[in-house]
Amino acid sequence: MKFLRDTWLVYQRQLLLVWRTPARLVIGFVQPIAYLVLFAPLLKTALAPTGAQTYADAYRIYVPGLLVVLVLLSGFFSGFGLLGELRSGVIERSRVTPAHRTALILGRAFSEVTVLMGQAVVITVVALPFGMTVQFGWLLLAYVMLALMALMACALSYAMAMLIPSPAALGPLINSVSQPLSLLSGVLLPLTLAPGWLVTIAEWNPIYWTTNGTRALFTGNPGDSSVWVGMLVVVALAALTVTWATRMFARQVR
Amino acid sequence: MIEVKGLRKSFTLGKRRKTRSVEAVRGVDLSVAEGEIFGFLGPNGAGKTTTARILCTLLEPDDGEAVIAGADLRKDPGAVRTRVGYVPQGGTTTDEITAREELVLQARMYGIGKAEAVERTEKALAAFELTEFADRQCKTYSGGQRRRVDIAMGIIHEPKVLFLDEPTTGLDPQSRAHLWDEVRRLRDQGMTVFLTTHYLEEADALCDRIAIIDHGEIVALGTPSELKHGVAGDVVTVGLNGSGPRAAELFDGRDYVRKLELGDDGLRLYVDDGSTAMPQIMRVLDGGDIHFDTVEVHRPSLDDVFLTKTGRSLRDK
Repeated sequence: MKFLRDTWLVYQRQLLLVWRTPARLVIGFVQPIAYLVLFAPLLKTALAPTGAQTYADAYRIYVPGLLVVLVLLSGFFSGFGLLGELRSGVIERSRVTPAHRTALILGRAFSEVTVLMGQAVVITVVALPFGMTVQFGWLLLAYVMLALMALMACALSYAMAMLIPSPAALGPLINSVSQPLSLLSGVLLPLTLAPGWLVTIAEWNPIYWTTNGTRALFTGNPGDSSVWVGMLVVVALAALTVTWATRMFARQVR
Repeated sequence: MIEVKGLRKSFTLGKRRKTRSVEAVRGVDLSVAEGEIFGFLGPNGAGKTTTARILCTLLEPDDGEAVIAGADLRKDPGAVRTRVGYVPQGGTTTDEITAREELVLQARMYGIGKAEAVERTEKALAAFELTEFADRQCKTYSGGQRRRVDIAMGIIHEPKVLFLDEPTTGLDPQSRAHLWDEVRRLRDQGMTVFLTTHYLEEADALCDRIAIIDHGEIVALGTPSELKHGVAGDVVTVGLNGSGPRAAELFDGRDYVRKLELGDDGLRLYVDDGSTAMPQIMRVLDGGDIHFDTVEVHRPSLDDVFLTKTGRSLRDK
Protein backbone atom coordinates (compact mmCIF):
# COMPACT_ATOMS: atom_id res chain seq x y z
CA MET A 1 0.00 0.00 0.00
CA LYS A 2 2.68 2.41 1.11
CA PHE A 3 4.71 1.36 -1.90
CA LEU A 4 1.86 2.12 -4.30
CA ARG A 5 1.14 5.43 -2.62
CA ASP A 6 4.77 6.54 -2.77
CA THR A 7 5.08 5.43 -6.39
CA TRP A 8 1.95 7.44 -7.20
CA LEU A 9 3.39 10.54 -5.49
CA VAL A 10 6.64 10.38 -7.44
CA TYR A 11 4.75 9.59 -10.66
CA GLN A 12 2.48 12.61 -10.26
CA ARG A 13 5.36 14.93 -9.60
CA GLN A 14 7.30 13.74 -12.64
CA LEU A 15 4.29 14.14 -14.90
CA LEU A 16 3.70 17.63 -13.56
CA LEU A 17 7.30 18.41 -14.46
CA VAL A 18 6.80 17.12 -18.02
CA TRP A 19 3.65 19.22 -18.32
CA ARG A 20 5.57 22.31 -17.23
CA THR A 21 8.37 21.75 -19.77
CA PRO A 22 6.43 21.42 -23.01
CA ALA A 23 9.53 21.98 -25.16
CA ARG A 24 10.65 18.44 -24.41
CA LEU A 25 7.29 17.04 -25.42
CA VAL A 26 7.19 18.97 -28.67
CA ILE A 27 10.66 17.80 -29.69
CA GLY A 28 9.59 14.26 -28.88
CA PHE A 29 6.76 14.56 -31.41
CA VAL A 30 8.42 16.45 -34.20
CA GLN A 31 10.96 13.83 -35.13
CA PRO A 32 8.68 10.79 -35.46
CA ILE A 33 6.10 12.84 -37.32
CA ALA A 34 8.77 14.04 -39.74
CA TYR A 35 9.69 10.42 -40.44
CA LEU A 36 6.05 9.60 -40.88
CA VAL A 37 5.46 12.34 -43.42
CA LEU A 38 8.79 12.55 -45.21
CA PHE A 39 10.18 9.02 -45.09
CA ALA A 40 7.25 6.62 -45.03
CA PRO A 41 5.96 7.57 -48.53
CA LEU A 42 9.17 6.14 -49.98
CA LEU A 43 8.29 2.82 -48.55
CA LYS A 44 5.45 1.79 -50.80
CA THR A 45 7.82 0.81 -53.56
CA ALA A 46 10.58 -0.32 -51.22
CA LEU A 47 8.26 -2.64 -49.38
CA ALA A 48 6.63 -4.03 -52.51
CA PRO A 49 8.63 -7.30 -52.29
CA THR A 50 7.07 -7.97 -48.86
CA GLY A 51 3.61 -7.76 -50.32
CA ALA A 52 2.83 -4.11 -49.62
CA GLN A 53 0.53 -2.93 -52.36
CA THR A 54 -0.79 0.37 -51.07
CA TYR A 55 0.28 3.25 -48.84
CA ALA A 56 -1.92 1.75 -46.16
CA ASP A 57 0.09 -1.48 -46.30
CA ALA A 58 3.35 0.45 -46.13
CA TYR A 59 2.21 2.41 -43.10
CA ARG A 60 1.01 -0.73 -41.34
CA ILE A 61 4.54 -2.08 -41.62
CA TYR A 62 6.37 1.15 -40.96
CA VAL A 63 4.39 2.74 -38.10
CA PRO A 64 4.92 -0.09 -35.61
CA GLY A 65 8.65 0.03 -36.35
CA LEU A 66 8.65 3.77 -35.80
CA LEU A 67 6.87 3.34 -32.47
CA VAL A 68 9.41 0.74 -31.37
CA VAL A 69 12.23 3.13 -32.23
CA LEU A 70 10.50 5.92 -30.34
CA VAL A 71 9.99 4.01 -27.11
CA LEU A 72 13.38 2.33 -27.24
CA LEU A 73 15.52 5.35 -27.99
CA SER A 74 13.65 7.81 -25.78
CA GLY A 75 13.60 5.19 -23.04
CA PHE A 76 17.33 4.59 -23.41
CA PHE A 77 18.03 8.28 -22.95
CA SER A 78 15.93 8.67 -19.81
CA GLY A 79 19.04 7.87 -17.75
CA PHE A 80 20.25 11.40 -18.42
CA GLY A 81 17.21 12.80 -16.64
CA LEU A 82 17.93 10.59 -13.67
CA LEU A 83 21.55 11.74 -13.59
CA GLY A 84 20.43 15.35 -13.58
CA GLU A 85 18.09 14.74 -10.69
CA LEU A 86 20.69 12.77 -8.77
CA ARG A 87 23.01 15.75 -9.09
CA SER A 88 20.50 18.44 -8.31
CA GLY A 89 19.58 17.08 -4.89
CA VAL A 90 15.96 16.34 -5.77
CA ILE A 91 16.45 12.63 -5.26
CA GLU A 92 18.60 13.24 -2.19
CA ARG A 93 15.68 15.11 -0.70
CA SER A 94 13.31 12.19 -1.17
CA ARG A 95 15.90 9.71 0.01
CA VAL A 96 15.96 11.20 3.50
CA THR A 97 12.23 10.58 3.79
CA PRO A 98 10.96 7.14 4.77
CA ALA A 99 9.42 6.80 1.27
CA HIS A 100 9.74 3.36 -0.29
CA ARG A 101 13.10 3.11 -2.08
CA THR A 102 11.72 1.26 -5.11
CA ALA A 103 8.90 3.79 -5.44
CA LEU A 104 11.42 6.57 -6.00
CA ILE A 105 12.68 4.95 -9.17
CA LEU A 106 9.53 3.18 -10.38
CA GLY A 107 7.44 6.34 -10.14
CA ARG A 108 9.98 8.00 -12.43
CA ALA A 109 10.06 5.10 -14.89
CA PHE A 110 6.25 4.95 -15.07
CA SER A 111 6.04 8.65 -15.84
CA GLU A 112 8.49 8.20 -18.73
CA VAL A 113 6.43 5.29 -20.02
CA THR A 114 3.24 7.36 -19.80
CA VAL A 115 4.73 10.19 -21.81
CA LEU A 116 6.05 7.80 -24.46
CA MET A 117 2.71 6.06 -24.77
CA GLY A 118 1.03 9.44 -25.18
CA GLN A 119 3.40 10.14 -28.05
CA ALA A 120 2.72 6.69 -29.53
CA VAL A 121 -1.02 7.38 -29.56
CA VAL A 122 -0.52 10.72 -31.28
CA ILE A 123 1.68 9.14 -33.95
CA THR A 124 -0.88 6.41 -34.57
CA VAL A 125 -3.61 9.01 -34.97
CA VAL A 126 -1.46 11.06 -37.35
CA ALA A 127 -0.90 7.94 -39.46
CA LEU A 128 -4.61 7.25 -39.88
CA PRO A 129 -5.23 9.91 -42.58
CA PHE A 130 -2.54 8.21 -44.67
CA GLY A 131 -4.86 5.27 -44.91
CA MET A 132 -3.42 3.10 -42.17
CA THR A 133 -6.01 0.88 -40.54
CA VAL A 134 -5.58 -1.29 -37.51
CA GLN A 135 -7.99 -3.27 -35.41
CA PHE A 136 -8.61 -1.65 -32.04
CA GLY A 137 -8.13 -4.73 -29.85
CA TRP A 138 -4.83 -5.66 -31.47
CA LEU A 139 -3.74 -2.04 -31.28
CA LEU A 140 -4.25 -2.08 -27.52
CA LEU A 141 -2.21 -5.27 -27.23
CA ALA A 142 0.51 -3.65 -29.33
CA TYR A 143 0.49 -0.70 -26.95
CA VAL A 144 0.97 -3.05 -24.00
CA MET A 145 3.99 -4.53 -25.74
CA LEU A 146 5.35 -1.05 -26.51
CA ALA A 147 4.81 0.10 -22.92
CA LEU A 148 6.76 -2.90 -21.64
CA MET A 149 9.55 -2.10 -24.12
CA ALA A 150 9.59 1.49 -22.90
CA LEU A 151 9.78 0.32 -19.29
CA MET A 152 12.59 -2.05 -20.12
CA ALA A 153 14.59 0.59 -22.01
CA CYS A 154 14.05 3.12 -19.27
CA ALA A 155 15.07 0.74 -16.46
CA LEU A 156 18.14 -0.34 -18.42
CA SER A 157 19.08 3.29 -18.96
CA TYR A 158 18.64 4.10 -15.26
CA ALA A 159 20.85 1.17 -14.32
CA MET A 160 23.53 2.28 -16.80
CA ALA A 161 23.32 5.85 -15.50
CA MET A 162 23.94 4.67 -11.96
CA LEU A 163 26.73 2.40 -13.13
CA ILE A 164 28.45 5.23 -15.05
CA PRO A 165 27.30 8.47 -13.46
CA SER A 166 28.96 10.75 -16.02
CA PRO A 167 26.91 12.25 -18.86
CA ALA A 168 29.96 12.32 -21.11
CA ALA A 169 30.53 8.58 -20.80
CA LEU A 170 26.88 7.60 -20.62
CA GLY A 171 26.04 8.91 -24.12
CA PRO A 172 28.46 6.65 -26.02
CA LEU A 173 27.53 3.69 -23.82
CA ILE A 174 23.84 4.12 -24.57
CA ASN A 175 24.56 4.52 -28.27
CA SER A 176 26.67 1.40 -28.37
CA VAL A 177 23.86 -0.59 -26.79
CA SER A 178 20.96 0.93 -28.71
CA GLN A 179 22.49 0.95 -32.19
CA PRO A 180 23.01 -2.81 -32.64
CA LEU A 181 19.71 -3.51 -30.91
CA SER A 182 17.78 -1.37 -33.37
CA LEU A 183 19.79 -2.27 -36.49
CA LEU A 184 19.28 -5.95 -35.80
CA SER A 185 15.59 -5.64 -35.12
CA GLY A 186 14.26 -4.48 -38.45
CA VAL A 187 12.60 -1.39 -37.07
CA LEU A 188 13.09 0.68 -40.21
CA LEU A 189 12.60 -2.03 -42.81
CA PRO A 190 11.44 -5.53 -41.92
CA LEU A 191 14.22 -8.09 -41.97
CA THR A 192 12.22 -10.26 -44.35
CA LEU A 193 14.17 -8.27 -46.94
CA ALA A 194 17.47 -9.22 -45.31
CA PRO A 195 19.88 -11.96 -46.33
CA GLY A 196 19.67 -15.15 -44.29
CA TRP A 197 22.78 -14.60 -42.18
CA LEU A 198 21.46 -11.25 -40.96
CA VAL A 199 18.18 -12.82 -39.91
CA THR A 200 20.09 -15.55 -38.07
CA ILE A 201 21.94 -12.95 -36.02
CA ALA A 202 18.80 -10.89 -35.50
CA GLU A 203 16.97 -13.86 -34.06
CA TRP A 204 19.23 -13.57 -31.03
CA ASN A 205 18.09 -10.00 -30.53
CA PRO A 206 15.04 -9.78 -28.25
CA ILE A 207 13.99 -6.53 -29.89
CA TYR A 208 13.69 -8.38 -33.22
CA TRP A 209 10.89 -10.45 -31.71
CA THR A 210 9.10 -7.55 -30.07
CA THR A 211 9.32 -5.51 -33.27
CA ASN A 212 7.92 -8.35 -35.33
CA GLY A 213 5.26 -8.95 -32.70
CA THR A 214 4.15 -5.32 -32.73
CA ARG A 215 4.12 -5.36 -36.52
CA ALA A 216 2.08 -8.57 -36.64
CA LEU A 217 -0.49 -6.99 -34.36
CA PHE A 218 -0.70 -3.90 -36.55
CA THR A 219 -1.07 -5.94 -39.72
CA GLY A 220 -3.79 -8.04 -38.12
CA ASN A 221 -1.90 -11.31 -37.65
CA PRO A 222 -2.20 -11.84 -33.89
CA GLY A 223 -1.67 -15.55 -34.38
CA ASP A 224 1.89 -15.00 -35.60
CA SER A 225 4.39 -16.72 -33.32
CA SER A 226 6.33 -13.46 -32.93
CA VAL A 227 3.41 -12.04 -30.91
CA TRP A 228 3.58 -14.47 -28.02
CA VAL A 229 7.36 -14.89 -28.24
CA GLY A 230 7.77 -11.11 -28.26
CA MET A 231 5.40 -10.72 -25.36
CA LEU A 232 7.21 -13.35 -23.29
CA VAL A 233 10.57 -11.86 -24.12
CA VAL A 234 9.56 -8.31 -23.25
CA VAL A 235 7.87 -9.30 -19.98
CA ALA A 236 10.99 -11.18 -18.94
CA LEU A 237 13.32 -8.36 -19.99
CA ALA A 238 11.25 -5.68 -18.29
CA ALA A 239 11.18 -7.70 -15.07
CA LEU A 240 14.92 -8.26 -15.30
CA THR A 241 15.91 -4.66 -16.00
CA VAL A 242 13.51 -3.19 -13.46
CA THR A 243 14.92 -5.53 -10.82
CA TRP A 244 18.44 -4.54 -11.79
CA ALA A 245 17.71 -0.82 -11.72
CA THR A 246 15.86 -0.92 -8.40
CA ARG A 247 18.64 -3.01 -6.85
CA MET A 248 21.29 -0.59 -8.07
CA PHE A 249 19.27 2.31 -6.78
CA ALA A 250 18.58 0.75 -3.39
CA ARG A 251 22.21 -0.19 -2.96
CA GLN A 252 23.44 3.22 -3.91
CA VAL A 253 21.04 5.06 -1.69
CA ARG A 254 20.43 2.62 1.21
CA MET B 1 20.06 14.35 20.84
CA ILE B 2 22.96 13.16 18.66
CA GLU B 3 25.53 10.73 20.05
CA VAL B 4 28.29 9.66 17.69
CA LYS B 5 31.12 7.27 18.47
CA GLY B 6 34.06 6.28 16.32
CA LEU B 7 32.41 7.14 13.00
CA ARG B 8 34.51 6.14 9.99
CA LYS B 9 34.03 6.26 6.26
CA SER B 10 36.39 5.86 3.36
CA PHE B 11 35.83 6.07 -0.35
CA THR B 12 37.62 4.41 -3.22
CA LEU B 13 38.72 6.86 -5.85
CA GLY B 14 40.21 6.45 -9.29
CA LYS B 15 39.78 3.77 -11.91
CA ARG B 16 40.78 0.15 -12.13
CA ARG B 17 44.45 -0.23 -11.24
CA LYS B 18 45.01 3.28 -9.97
CA THR B 19 42.49 3.07 -7.16
CA ARG B 20 43.26 4.61 -3.84
CA SER B 21 41.27 4.72 -0.70
CA VAL B 22 40.53 8.08 0.87
CA GLU B 23 39.51 8.24 4.47
CA ALA B 24 36.91 10.96 4.54
CA VAL B 25 35.91 10.52 8.16
CA ARG B 26 38.35 8.95 10.60
CA GLY B 27 36.94 8.26 14.00
CA VAL B 28 34.58 11.13 14.77
CA ASP B 29 33.08 11.28 18.27
CA LEU B 30 30.60 13.95 19.16
CA SER B 31 27.60 14.66 21.26
CA VAL B 32 24.98 17.28 20.49
CA ALA B 33 22.49 18.38 23.14
CA GLU B 34 18.81 19.00 22.54
CA GLY B 35 17.98 22.51 21.37
CA GLU B 36 21.46 23.65 20.42
CA ILE B 37 22.90 24.85 17.15
CA PHE B 38 25.92 22.68 16.59
CA GLY B 39 28.37 23.78 13.92
CA PHE B 40 30.75 21.60 11.98
CA LEU B 41 33.50 23.94 10.81
CA GLY B 42 36.24 22.96 8.43
CA PRO B 43 37.74 23.52 4.99
CA ASN B 44 36.27 21.93 1.87
CA GLY B 45 36.97 18.22 1.78
CA ALA B 46 37.42 17.96 5.55
CA GLY B 47 34.65 15.40 5.91
CA LYS B 48 31.82 17.70 7.03
CA THR B 49 29.32 16.74 4.36
CA THR B 50 30.22 13.06 4.56
CA THR B 51 29.54 13.09 8.31
CA ALA B 52 26.23 14.88 7.85
CA ARG B 53 25.18 12.48 5.09
CA ILE B 54 26.02 9.47 7.23
CA LEU B 55 23.97 10.84 10.11
CA CYS B 56 20.99 11.42 7.78
CA THR B 57 21.09 7.77 6.58
CA LEU B 58 22.29 8.69 3.10
CA LEU B 59 25.61 6.91 3.46
CA GLU B 60 26.47 3.81 5.37
CA PRO B 61 29.40 4.26 7.77
CA ASP B 62 32.26 1.75 7.60
CA ASP B 63 32.47 1.71 11.35
CA GLY B 64 31.13 3.47 14.40
CA GLU B 65 27.86 3.97 16.23
CA ALA B 66 25.37 6.79 16.23
CA VAL B 67 22.11 7.36 18.02
CA ILE B 68 20.03 10.24 16.70
CA ALA B 69 16.89 11.40 18.51
CA GLY B 70 16.78 8.04 20.26
CA ALA B 71 17.03 5.94 17.09
CA ASP B 72 20.01 3.78 16.27
CA LEU B 73 21.45 4.76 12.90
CA ARG B 74 22.55 1.28 11.91
CA LYS B 75 19.74 -0.81 13.31
CA ASP B 76 16.85 1.47 12.49
CA PRO B 77 17.60 3.97 9.70
CA GLY B 78 13.85 4.18 9.00
CA ALA B 79 13.20 5.63 12.46
CA VAL B 80 16.09 8.07 12.01
CA ARG B 81 14.54 9.27 8.74
CA THR B 82 11.26 10.20 10.40
CA ARG B 83 13.05 12.14 13.14
CA VAL B 84 15.60 14.14 11.17
CA GLY B 85 15.36 16.68 8.41
CA TYR B 86 18.15 17.23 5.91
CA VAL B 87 18.82 20.16 3.63
CA PRO B 88 21.58 19.28 1.18
CA GLN B 89 24.19 21.68 -0.10
CA GLY B 90 23.20 23.68 -3.14
CA GLY B 91 19.45 23.36 -2.89
CA THR B 92 16.84 20.90 -3.99
CA THR B 93 14.06 22.96 -5.53
CA THR B 94 13.06 22.30 -9.12
CA ASP B 95 12.72 25.25 -11.48
CA GLU B 96 9.28 24.42 -12.84
CA ILE B 97 7.57 23.47 -9.58
CA THR B 98 6.06 25.97 -7.13
CA ALA B 99 7.02 26.22 -3.48
CA ARG B 100 3.56 25.08 -2.43
CA GLU B 101 3.71 21.98 -4.64
CA GLU B 102 7.20 21.09 -3.43
CA LEU B 103 6.21 21.42 0.22
CA VAL B 104 3.00 19.40 -0.09
CA LEU B 105 4.84 16.65 -1.93
CA GLN B 106 7.67 16.56 0.59
CA ALA B 107 5.18 16.31 3.47
CA ARG B 108 3.34 13.49 1.71
CA MET B 109 6.58 11.61 1.15
CA TYR B 110 6.79 11.42 4.93
CA GLY B 111 3.46 9.60 4.91
CA ILE B 112 1.42 12.63 5.94
CA GLY B 113 -2.15 12.70 4.60
CA LYS B 114 -3.20 15.19 1.96
CA ALA B 115 -5.28 17.55 4.13
CA GLU B 116 -2.65 17.63 6.85
CA ALA B 117 0.11 18.19 4.25
CA VAL B 118 -1.73 21.18 2.85
CA GLU B 119 -2.24 22.61 6.31
CA ARG B 120 1.42 22.19 7.28
CA THR B 121 2.50 23.72 3.99
CA GLU B 122 0.39 26.77 4.72
CA LYS B 123 2.03 27.17 8.12
CA ALA B 124 5.55 26.64 6.80
CA LEU B 125 5.00 29.14 3.98
CA ALA B 126 3.88 31.72 6.51
CA ALA B 127 6.71 31.01 8.94
CA PHE B 128 9.33 31.40 6.21
CA GLU B 129 7.63 34.43 4.64
CA LEU B 130 7.01 32.61 1.40
CA THR B 131 3.22 32.87 1.15
CA GLU B 132 3.34 35.81 -1.24
CA PHE B 133 5.00 33.87 -4.06
CA ALA B 134 4.09 30.33 -3.04
CA ASP B 135 2.31 29.72 -6.34
CA ARG B 136 5.08 30.96 -8.58
CA GLN B 137 7.55 28.52 -10.10
CA CYS B 138 10.79 28.23 -8.13
CA LYS B 139 12.87 29.56 -11.03
CA THR B 140 11.48 33.03 -10.29
CA TYR B 141 12.85 33.05 -6.73
CA SER B 142 15.99 34.70 -5.43
CA GLY B 143 18.76 32.58 -3.94
CA GLY B 144 17.64 33.42 -0.43
CA GLN B 145 14.02 32.56 -1.15
CA ARG B 146 14.96 29.23 -2.68
CA ARG B 147 17.05 28.45 0.37
CA ARG B 148 14.09 29.19 2.61
CA VAL B 149 11.96 26.78 0.58
CA ASP B 150 14.70 24.15 1.05
CA ILE B 151 14.69 24.64 4.80
CA ALA B 152 10.89 24.68 4.97
CA MET B 153 10.95 21.31 3.20
CA GLY B 154 13.52 20.06 5.70
CA ILE B 155 11.22 20.73 8.65
CA ILE B 156 7.80 19.99 7.13
CA HIS B 157 7.56 16.71 9.07
CA GLU B 158 8.53 18.43 12.34
CA PRO B 159 11.81 16.59 12.89
CA LYS B 160 13.69 16.64 16.17
CA VAL B 161 16.99 17.33 14.46
CA LEU B 162 17.65 19.42 11.36
CA PHE B 163 20.82 18.93 9.35
CA LEU B 164 21.88 21.89 7.21
CA ASP B 165 24.76 21.35 4.82
CA GLU B 166 26.47 24.65 4.04
CA PRO B 167 23.19 26.54 4.35
CA THR B 168 24.44 29.98 3.37
CA THR B 169 26.98 29.21 0.65
CA GLY B 170 26.37 31.51 -2.28
CA LEU B 171 23.97 33.84 -0.46
CA ASP B 172 24.40 37.59 -0.24
CA PRO B 173 25.08 39.04 3.23
CA GLN B 174 21.50 40.16 3.75
CA SER B 175 19.97 36.78 2.89
CA ARG B 176 22.59 35.15 5.07
CA ALA B 177 21.61 37.25 8.08
CA HIS B 178 17.96 36.49 7.38
CA LEU B 179 18.69 32.78 7.26
CA TRP B 180 20.61 32.91 10.53
CA ASP B 181 17.52 34.41 12.14
CA GLU B 182 15.42 31.56 10.77
CA VAL B 183 17.82 29.00 12.18
CA ARG B 184 17.79 30.70 15.59
CA ARG B 185 14.00 30.75 15.52
CA LEU B 186 13.94 26.98 14.92
CA ARG B 187 16.36 26.48 17.81
CA ASP B 188 14.18 28.63 20.05
CA GLN B 189 11.24 26.39 19.18
CA GLY B 190 13.24 23.48 20.58
CA MET B 191 14.74 22.02 17.43
CA THR B 192 18.30 20.74 17.44
CA VAL B 193 20.28 22.07 14.48
CA PHE B 194 23.43 20.49 13.10
CA LEU B 195 25.04 22.60 10.41
CA THR B 196 28.22 22.40 8.42
CA THR B 197 30.02 25.52 7.30
CA HIS B 198 33.35 26.75 6.12
CA TYR B 199 32.54 30.31 7.13
CA LEU B 200 34.25 31.41 10.34
CA GLU B 201 31.76 34.21 10.93
CA GLU B 202 28.86 31.82 10.60
CA ALA B 203 30.29 29.38 13.11
CA ASP B 204 31.12 32.21 15.47
CA ALA B 205 27.87 34.16 15.27
CA LEU B 206 25.31 31.41 14.88
CA CYS B 207 26.52 28.27 16.61
CA ASP B 208 26.20 27.44 20.27
CA ARG B 209 28.94 24.86 19.99
CA ILE B 210 31.43 24.03 17.29
CA ALA B 211 33.50 21.08 16.25
CA ILE B 212 36.43 21.96 14.03
CA ILE B 213 37.14 19.16 11.59
CA ASP B 214 40.19 18.70 9.40
CA HIS B 215 41.15 15.67 7.31
CA GLY B 216 38.26 13.70 8.74
CA GLU B 217 39.15 14.25 12.37
CA ILE B 218 37.78 16.59 14.98
CA VAL B 219 40.64 18.81 16.11
CA ALA B 220 38.74 21.07 18.52
CA LEU B 221 35.35 21.06 20.18
CA GLY B 222 33.62 23.65 22.35
CA THR B 223 31.69 26.91 22.40
CA PRO B 224 33.15 29.60 20.14
CA SER B 225 34.39 31.58 23.14
CA GLU B 226 35.91 28.53 24.83
CA LEU B 227 37.77 27.72 21.66
CA LYS B 228 39.05 31.25 21.26
CA HIS B 229 40.11 31.42 24.89
CA GLY B 230 41.94 28.16 24.44
CA VAL B 231 44.31 30.04 22.17
CA ALA B 232 46.90 32.11 24.07
CA GLY B 233 45.88 35.64 25.11
CA ASP B 234 46.45 37.82 22.07
CA VAL B 235 47.66 37.52 18.55
CA VAL B 236 50.19 39.94 17.10
CA THR B 237 50.37 39.86 13.31
CA VAL B 238 53.44 41.43 11.73
CA GLY B 239 52.99 42.28 8.08
CA LEU B 240 56.31 41.45 6.47
CA ASN B 241 57.56 41.58 2.98
CA GLY B 242 60.04 38.93 2.14
CA SER B 243 61.97 38.39 5.34
CA GLY B 244 59.47 36.03 6.99
CA PRO B 245 61.72 33.06 7.75
CA ARG B 246 64.45 35.30 9.19
CA ALA B 247 61.94 37.10 11.42
CA ALA B 248 60.46 33.81 12.57
CA GLU B 249 63.93 32.69 13.60
CA LEU B 250 64.45 35.86 15.67
CA PHE B 251 61.27 35.25 17.69
CA ASP B 252 61.74 31.54 18.09
CA GLY B 253 62.33 30.72 21.76
CA ARG B 254 61.47 34.17 23.21
CA ASP B 255 59.74 33.58 26.53
CA TYR B 256 56.79 35.90 25.78
CA VAL B 257 55.97 34.12 22.52
CA ARG B 258 53.86 31.04 23.14
CA LYS B 259 53.67 29.97 19.55
CA LEU B 260 54.38 31.44 16.18
CA GLU B 261 53.05 30.81 12.71
CA LEU B 262 54.33 32.05 9.40
CA GLY B 263 51.42 32.60 7.04
CA ASP B 264 50.64 34.37 3.82
CA ASP B 265 49.60 37.48 5.71
CA GLY B 266 52.84 37.65 7.68
CA LEU B 267 54.09 36.38 10.98
CA ARG B 268 51.59 35.58 13.70
CA LEU B 269 52.82 35.61 17.29
CA TYR B 270 50.59 34.19 20.02
CA VAL B 271 51.38 36.11 23.23
CA ASP B 272 49.82 36.31 26.71
CA ASP B 273 49.33 40.06 26.68
CA GLY B 274 49.54 42.10 23.53
CA SER B 275 50.14 45.45 25.22
CA THR B 276 53.33 44.37 27.01
CA ALA B 277 54.59 42.18 24.19
CA MET B 278 54.32 44.88 21.52
CA PRO B 279 57.28 47.02 22.62
CA GLN B 280 59.51 43.97 22.89
CA ILE B 281 58.45 42.77 19.48
CA MET B 282 59.19 46.17 17.93
CA ARG B 283 62.66 46.19 19.50
CA VAL B 284 63.45 42.73 18.15
CA LEU B 285 62.26 43.72 14.68
CA ASP B 286 64.36 46.89 14.72
CA GLY B 287 67.38 45.14 16.19
CA GLY B 288 67.17 42.40 13.56
CA ASP B 289 66.86 45.03 10.85
CA ILE B 290 63.63 43.42 9.63
CA HIS B 291 61.58 45.52 7.30
CA PHE B 292 57.88 45.35 8.16
CA ASP B 293 54.76 47.11 6.93
CA THR B 294 52.24 46.72 9.73
CA VAL B 295 51.89 45.41 13.26
CA GLU B 296 48.46 44.51 14.56
CA VAL B 297 47.17 43.18 17.87
CA HIS B 298 43.89 41.35 17.98
CA ARG B 299 41.93 38.90 20.06
CA PRO B 300 42.13 35.38 18.66
CA SER B 301 39.47 34.46 16.12
CA LEU B 302 38.23 31.01 15.17
CA ASP B 303 40.74 31.19 12.35
CA ASP B 304 43.50 31.41 14.94
CA VAL B 305 42.01 28.36 16.62
CA PHE B 306 42.07 26.53 13.31
CA LEU B 307 45.59 27.72 12.62
CA THR B 308 46.98 26.60 15.97
CA LYS B 309 45.33 23.20 15.61
CA THR B 310 46.20 22.48 12.00
CA GLY B 311 49.00 24.85 11.06
CA ARG B 312 46.92 26.20 8.19
CA SER B 313 44.56 29.12 7.86
CA LEU B 314 40.97 28.49 6.91
CA ARG B 315 40.86 31.78 5.03
CA ASP B 316 43.44 30.64 2.51
CA LYS B 317 41.09 27.97 1.28
